[in-house]
This record gives sequence, C-alpha cells and structure tokens, in this order.
Amino acid sequence: METSRDDFVIAIRSAFLKKGTQQRFSLLGLIFFSIIFLILGSLNFKAINYIKIAINEVVYRSSFIVSGPENFLKDSYLIAQNHLNLYNENEKNKSELTILRSKDLLNEFIVNENKRLKNIVEDYVAESDTIFAKVLSDKGSPFLKSIIINKGSKHKVHLGMVVMDEEYLIGKVVQVNYLSSRVLLLSDLNSKIPVIVEPNGIQSILSGTGKDYGVIQYSKKDEIIEDKSIIYTSGAGGLFKSGIPVGKLDSNYLNEEQNVTFFSDFSQLKFVKIFLYIGNEVK
Amino acid sequence: MTELRNKNFIKKILSQIPLILLFISVLNNFDFNYLGLKYFSFNFSYILIFYYSLKKSESLGYIYIFIAGLFNDVVIGTPIGLSSLMYLILCVAAAYLRNITLRPSLIKDCIFFLITILIINSLLFIILNFIFYYQLKYFDQIINIIFTFLFYFLFSNLFGFFENNFVGRTNAR
Repeated sequence: METSRDDFVIAIRSAFLKKGTQQRFSLLGLIFFSIIFLILGSLNFKAINYIKIAINEVVYRSSFIVSGPENFLKDSYLIAQNHLNLYNENEKNKSELTILRSKDLLNEFIVNENKRLKNIVEDYVAESDTIFAKVLSDKGSPFLKSIIINKGSKHKVHLGMVVMDEEYLIGKVVQVNYLSSRVLLLSDLNSKIPVIVEPNGIQSILSGTGKDYGVIQYSKKDEIIEDKSIIYTSGAGGLFKSGIPVGKLDSNYLNEEQNVTFFSDFSQLKFVKIFLYIGNEVK
Repeated sequence: MTELRNKNFIKKILSQIPLILLFISVLNNFDFNYLGLKYFSFNFSYILIFYYSLKKSESLGYIYIFIAGLFNDVVIGTPIGLSSLMYLILCVAAAYLRNITLRPSLIKDCIFFLITILIINSLLFIILNFIFYYQLKYFDQIINIIFTFLFYFLFSNLFGFFENNFVGRTNAR
C-alpha cells in the first residue's frame, strides 16, 4: 500500500516537474504563469491588457490568413448548394417580388410619415458616419458567438456601436482594439436586446441561444404571439433606434420556446456596417 | 550529399507538423458550421495536445502549447490564460499517464483522455460561469466532450500512421 502511494507521488511529481527532451520549461511553472495571467487579466492589470492588445492584433490577422483554405472550402460548398436550390429559389422570389412591388408603393409614404412623427417625439433620426468593415474571422467557440472585424479605434469605432448586415441588425461592438474589433452577435448566449413583436406590438427581450436562432423572453405567458411575426428593435434602453428588422418568429423548432430566425445568416457575413445612432438634439 | 541534406530538411519540416497543426487549429477553430450540423462540435486541439504529450512529448514544447492557449483565448474571446491552463492540465494528465504506463493500449488512453477532458471542461465551466459570469450551456459542452472523445480514436490512429510512415524513429504506438 505504502509503495503504491509512493509510485503515485513520484509519477505526479515527475509529470509536473520533469522537463522532457527539448522542453525548456516545466509544466508547473507554466501553469503558475497561466494562473497569474488569468488573475491579473480579471483585475484589469495594465501590463496584461497591453499584452492582450498586442496578441489580439497579431492573432486576428493571422487567423484571417489561416482561415483562408477553410473559407475557400466553405464557399465552394455553399456555391454548390446554392446552385442546387436555384430553381426553387427563383420560383419563390418571383412570387415574393410581385407582393413586394405592390407593398413598395405604400412604403415611401409610410417612411416619410414615420420621419415626420419621429421628429415630433425626438427619437433617433440620424446616424453617425457609416463605417464599412470586413469580417476577419467568425471562428467563435461552440459557446461564444462573435466576429472579428478589421476596423478599430483608429477608424473611430467605439464600444457599443451598432453593427448591421445590409438593413438587418446583427449585434454590437464589445471590444475595440487599434486596428480590429470584436462584435457580439445577437445569437450569443449573453446577448439580450429589447424588441417589439409585430403585428401585435408586444414589447419583449430577444435573447441569444448560442445556436443560429434567438428566443423571445419575458413576455407574458397569456400573450398570443402569431407565428411568422416580425421582430424589430423597440428602441428601449437607448442603444438601438426602434424599427430595425431583426428576424421572424418560427414555430418549426421542436421546443416550446418562441424561437426567432434571424434575417441575416451570421455564418455568411463578409462585410458589415457599423454606426452610432444620434438623437435629434445631437444632430 | 545534397540529397541527404534535402531529406533531413523534409524530415525536420515533417517533425514540426504537430506544432503547425496546433497553431492552425487554434487560429482557425475547425467547426464545420457551414455543414449545418446542429449538434456537432469537437475540440481538435485537446486531441492533438493529449496525443503528442503522451506519445511523443518532444514534438510539442510546453511553451508552444502555452502560447497556443493564449492565441486560442484571443480567437474565441475567453479570459486570457484560461485555455493555456486547460492545455497544460491536459499535458500534466498525459505526462502522468506516460509515467505510470508499462504496456500502452489505445482503450486505456481513450478512457484516461475522457476522464481528463471531463475534468477540464468542468473546470472551464466553473471558472467561466462562476468567476467570469459567462453563460454556458451544459448540453453544448457535453456534445463537445462526446465528439472529442469519439474523434480521439480516429485521430490517434491517423497521428500514429503519420508518425510511423512519414516521420519515422518514433515511440508512437
């Protein structure tokens, strides 16, 4: 019994302390170093922050280059898939186009009326200069959904700026480096934004799930939300202006939650728009 | 003479393949999300680090593993130093297994690997959830662990084949 305990201690000690061939550092030393990094990082220690920023700049660029072959494969796969779906999509687009043309006539009138009304209630009507950014990397972990873009504080990107794909909201800036930034996507588990569900006009919170869809939370249980309802930002909280389209309610999922399919496909982002909404008084 | 020098050069490059693979995997994070598979994710770096720390520890220097961990933290957005810590714990487990093993077998390695990644992921969950207040899903982690464990069989054979046929002079079994 005594001997087996000794063996265990020897094996553990050897695992921690023995430097193998061509190993310049012992495992124990490096583990201590990682823990120090973690602790100082959580305490926002300045030196660690500088190291972090330097690593960020190097890694984001390298990640973009290294992802090249996989992105090529991904693009080829998607092109092939798109070709296979071409006929069905064309038929669907034709029918949608007919409906949209009729709606477009009404749209211009409504937009002008909306602008007039927003001026009255002093809502956000202006946007800061739009910054167009390229997506450097969308390689989040299975647990965190974010993208890296090639614009940073040098290009006047600030924390909390709104990020959009075409006209659809996709997230906000959560980390700014000198030449790059990180955008937290709406699908991330930690993302929560105030939304309004139309046509019923129900105020709610859209929460990310860590998957490619979101869920409607904190609405009353007895409120009936129709399937295929459209989700817009409500403007509550002041970060986003109201009425930015986000996604639509989808009952196809096999759970009881009210799931939202985003209009934008977050795995296909190439370029995004970044800006800050400015209120009437600032303008 | 030139041929011999060329051969040595190629051998040197081939022996660095695990290190190159490690850095590509942390910078690229193979996820296959474009295939649209809903419940599928695995951690290639864990497999690579465990295998090479166990079978051919001289291929992957601990300092490189530490740096790869820092890179991984930056890419996936977790607190800096966390992945390094997890990778190094994986190395400790592999080194311990190497020290106590007299007759290596794939099944034993796999079971030990499973126990190790269970511990590592639990630790990761505790640190992220309770110290840094990240929201994580148990289910996603379980899926990740299961696939990482299952892929260990495949990749350990692939790495073994690579070491025996391309690099040579190996103790990988």
